Amino acid sequence: MQLTIKYFGPLTDITGCREERFEFEKGKTVSELLIALHGKYPELAEQKFKVAHNRELAEGNTRVTSTEIGLLPPFAGG
Amino acid sequence: MNKNKKKDVFVQGPILPEFIGNAIAKHQSKTNIGAHDIFLGQVRADEIEGKKVAAIEYTAYETMADQKFYDIREAAFAKFNITCMHIYHSLGMVKTGQICLFVFVSSPRRKEVFKAKEYIVEEIKAKVPVFGKEIFEDASHQWKVNT
Repeated sequence: MQLTIKYFGPLTDITGCREERFEFEKGKTVSELLIALHGKYPELAEQKFKVAHNRELAEGNTRVTSTEIGLLPPFAGG
Repeated sequence: MNKNKKKDVFVQGPILPEFIGNAIAKHQSKTNIGAHDIFLGQVRADEIEGKKVAAIEYTAYETMADQKFYDIREAAFAKFNITCMHIYHSLGMVKTGQICLFVFVSSPRRKEVFKAKEYIVEEIKAKVPVFGKEIFEDASHQWKVNT
């Protein structure tokens, strides 16, 4: 399936974009998605971030069913 | 007042003192309120490795942030005896000395607003996906992290 990956904060410095389409097999896990993304952007390995799946923070073993994924570096609101 | 309605939180640019004053004025007709508490977050001119911060450019994962603001609001009404609450957060460029967060909590009595305001501010900082690009005077930048 085709995902929309949204990047925020310092991650946009690495990817050069705020969002992109990414082909990924439905039902695979968040961890597997991260491996694929690290393959495309090796510098992500040096970054601290959490993954939002369907706009909620997700663990690595979460099955990817939502088409929208957010990669969220540490928050800085307020 | 409809406590369950989603509210617009994000404001483009700084939150102006006039806006804050108007928000206070609008509450003068609500005579069941006996105490307001206000938190204002202001952009600080931090000096990092000899460079001074001139502004912060705020971005957010807006759809998720809206949901988190709503959840915080619902939790605050469930936990505390408050009459109403309002949250406003800047997006875009906010210069040092300008206001980027305005939390306004009201209750019949003061002790509830003190507790509620602290809870709301800490929840915002911990749970809402907002990101801040600290722009230095020489136009270089680094990404802010909440401490």
